[in-house]
Amino acid sequence: MNLTAIGLEHFLVFAAALFCLGLVCLLTRRTAIGILMGIELMINGANINLVAFAHHRGNDPAGQVFALLAIVMAAIEASVALAILFALFRALDRRITIDEASTLRG
Amino acid sequence: MAYAFTFYLVVAVTLLSAGVVVFSRRIVYSAFSLLFTLMGVAVTYVLLSDDFMAVVQLLLYVGGILVLILFAVMLTNRVEDPGGSNLARARLPILAAVAAGFGAMALAAVGTVWPSAQAPDTFEPATSRIGNSLLGAYLLPFEMVSVLLLLGLVGAVVVARKECRTEGDEE
Repeated sequence: MNLTAIGLEHFLVFAAALFCLGLVCLLTRRTAIGILMGIELMINGANINLVAFAHHRGNDPAGQVFALLAIVMAAIEASVALAILFALFRALDRRITIDEASTLRG
Repeated sequence: MAYAFTFYLVVAVTLLSAGVVVFSRRIVYSAFSLLFTLMGVAVTYVLLSDDFMAVVQLLLYVGGILVLILFAVMLTNRVEDPGGSNLARARLPILAAVAAGFGAMALAAVGTVWPSAQAPDTFEPATSRIGNSLLGAYLLPFEMVSVLLLLGLVGAVVVARKECRTEGDEE
């Protein structure tokens, strides 16, 4: 059974597509949650790249450990971002449109 | 052949649901569609012979981050105002620029001559390798990410509580 029938390039193009969709989401959404979802898509694309290269190098644990740490940092980022989002939600009269949070004084 | 078929099926499902995440007008649809995207990425990790990452993806992303996002959507979404999640006006320039960037990335991925693959022909559990390198060569990043996790935990609680207290004072 040849598991390398799908080359590295396929995974790279797939990851690039996911990353670019996340970038479009990040740039076009107005709500903070939509922007956060775009960031999650971009992180997933980057992680696929790391794991694909690790597999291509004969299951190199370096890439797998990097992707693992990236997932942990994505979890931290999501929790802090959602805490900020709830603070914005209270401060901005129950709206989380990013355009209204353009000043730092609140 | 089954491997290639699975790969293309997973790619199709993942990119379609990611498209719904990006272009849906209702933020609730986006959040639920993100579920399929994240599970497709988990299956991609399995196809890359990394079972541990697939389980971590399911536990952390689907079980943690996605539930958090769903809570946020449900708490902050105005049911009577679906236009709150509208897309921005300047979509065409953004789409064109990102499409150009994707073309450049795809060309670089396909055009580069990668060193010949050393991928093993069998699936092996990745857990022992990851564990050995986490407590061996990558001990410092492992410990630093634990400190970062603690900081993020405390920071999230502080940020989320502060406004609550001031709101109580104003009342």
